[in-house]
Amino acid sequence: MTTEEHALAMIERVRAKPLRFRDERVTMAHGAGGKATQALVEGLLAPAFGMNELADAAAIDGLALTTDSFVVRPIRFPGGSIGELAVNGTVNDLAVAGARPLALTLSLVLEEGLGAQDLRAEVEAIARAAESADVQVVAGDTKVVERGRCDSMYICTTGLGRVDPRARLSPSALRSGDRVIVSGSVGEHGTAIMLARGEFELAAEIESDTQPLWRAVDALLDAAGSELRCIRDATRGGVASVLNELARASGVAVVVREAAVPVHPAVAGACEILGIDPMYVANEGRLVAFVSPEAVDDALAALTSVPGCEHAAEIGEVKTEPPGLVLVETAFGGRRVMDMLVGDPLPRIC
Amino acid sequence: MRFVDEFRDAELGRVLAAEIVSTVEPGRHYKLMEVCGGHTHTIYKYGVDDLLPENVELVHGPGCPVCVIPMGRVDDGIAVAHEDGVVFTCFGDMMRVPGSRGTLLEAKAEGADIRMVYSPLDALRIARETPEREVVFFAVGFETTAPSTALTLLRARAEGIRNFTVFCNHVTIVPPLRALLESPDLRLDGFIGPGHVSTVVGARPFEFIPADYDKPIVISGFEPLDLLQAVHMILVQLRDGRCEVENQYKRVVPYDGNPQALRVLAEVFELRPHFEWRGLGFISHSGLRLSDAFASYDAERRFAVPGVRVADPKACQCGEVLKGVIRPWECKVFGTACTPERPIGTCMVSSEGACAAYYNFGRFAREREAV
Repeated sequence: MTTEEHALAMIERVRAKPLRFRDERVTMAHGAGGKATQALVEGLLAPAFGMNELADAAAIDGLALTTDSFVVRPIRFPGGSIGELAVNGTVNDLAVAGARPLALTLSLVLEEGLGAQDLRAEVEAIARAAESADVQVVAGDTKVVERGRCDSMYICTTGLGRVDPRARLSPSALRSGDRVIVSGSVGEHGTAIMLARGEFELAAEIESDTQPLWRAVDALLDAAGSELRCIRDATRGGVASVLNELARASGVAVVVREAAVPVHPAVAGACEILGIDPMYVANEGRLVAFVSPEAVDDALAALTSVPGCEHAAEIGEVKTEPPGLVLVETAFGGRRVMDMLVGDPLPRIC
Repeated sequence: MRFVDEFRDAELGRVLAAEIVSTVEPGRHYKLMEVCGGHTHTIYKYGVDDLLPENVELVHGPGCPVCVIPMGRVDDGIAVAHEDGVVFTCFGDMMRVPGSRGTLLEAKAEGADIRMVYSPLDALRIARETPEREVVFFAVGFETTAPSTALTLLRARAEGIRNFTVFCNHVTIVPPLRALLESPDLRLDGFIGPGHVSTVVGARPFEFIPADYDKPIVISGFEPLDLLQAVHMILVQLRDGRCEVENQYKRVVPYDGNPQALRVLAEVFELRPHFEWRGLGFISHSGLRLSDAFASYDAERRFAVPGVRVADPKACQCGEVLKGVIRPWECKVFGTACTPERPIGTCMVSSEGACAAYYNFGRFAREREAV
């Protein structure tokens, strides 16, 4: 007879195995940032290119390089648009790798029939976002495809940054006792997109949180220096997926105090109605930082003084046991596992 | 009252937990079944069982509408979805339920036009907006969701929309409960009754449980405090030697149900002679189909539905899990061959399924501390 402990040990053994890409076709789940995405990356892409460590950006001779594509629908939504995302998404991948963004390249895939006004608006949005993120657009490309072959426009940006000498960031730096910080309230971008699509007949004043994060990272590096262990931006799959990736990569446990996680009341309400946990909803201007217990107060004070990060909060702690798992202490006084996202609650959010 | 977090008050939870401890007989083991998948979800999401004494065990019942759909019906749905000109609509949970040759999500990637909707009215809207396509709605659920399908069909008829059909998999709650209670391997002390179903059918249909089977049942709401209170009410009945239907969810459930909803159900649906339940087999008069008056809206009559019965996978023990005979982790394939991303059994698909809820939320045993 199986004991519960044995069953759990078997599960963890299965979970710890590298994921394999075994699907016959690509489904929308492969783009959702959860387990299927991870299987695609770990099972097909990384081995093909001999990549061992997967990070938001690669460091080469003191420079950091990253790339990202943007296919969000609709292209404009409360609080932002695809052009703004295309800049912020990429500079944030550099920032959380501890690199100051320097330059971007820009590729546009445009659908035949796209209004010049829409195109002009997005180009201006890109220019404004680049200026606000203090980064130059230095090269680019344009392609046009037949009507129906893409959805208004897709954008791909590649970002180059300089690794900051103060940064000592690595998932392997996580230690038991380290604290977990989020830089603001969670789930606003995904919820704003969800409502902007008008499929739910729900209305609420929720704006995307899209914003560049270098200033937040800069403040954290200033306040915590090498006590800052690791940073991630919590995009697709939300804060829950980031915590799971790190717990798995570093072989540590993360315990989250649900009551401490900042959630805008309108986001909480919309998620409640739709049966979605805000911890799994995408953000486009929120980072998760791991800081040593000694430096956490300074780090948090520095972060909350950065515009756009006023609601930053400490939400949990790193433990050693059970390795690879994220646990939640519920506001009700119970406890549960918070696993990787499975399936796809909402496609094409970025 | 905002009717949201008032029922999640941790302090009141601790008070109720203490009441529960003082109500149980030490040394006696209590096995209570929550019938409804919504309850299972709440229990895990909030960690409600962490607040219960060790000798009170919650067993997860058959009330997850996605979990009870047999493979053959999924295959039928996929076959309809592949027909020329069809837009196939369903709730998100159904997309990942495995048939014998894949899921609706995979059928979508193969080119079938399958769309996720949040209400059957969304499916009707698609039909209205694309009159050149045949829009099919994959209807699942107990009496909770059946009235919304019924109202959608009434509206379709009133508007004269002809390109809309329903693939009906609605089921009723009483027959599976009776089948469960007849099962010889069942050892239960009481039931937490399904709150959402009861908003429609009321508490009265459950009177047979105490009358014929000597088990108490308390209809419960879906917030953590609701569940703790329902557990307490059952334990008090057991302590006092009472055995009756009680209604914890009075703020929503009238004892006689919702007469309007029951009226539209009777108008639109009729009972099938029998319907197959995953893991539980065929149960008489447990499924609904469209009545003859709505025959032209019945996908099973408009399309050539294969209707091939597919046996449940051998390794899968969903049936025993649904009956509460084994706990999720006692299944041979739980968490190894059968996981939420590659489910074998339906209990692993929906977040209300006993196995998925346990895997996603409950997997970390309560005695173990994070250190």
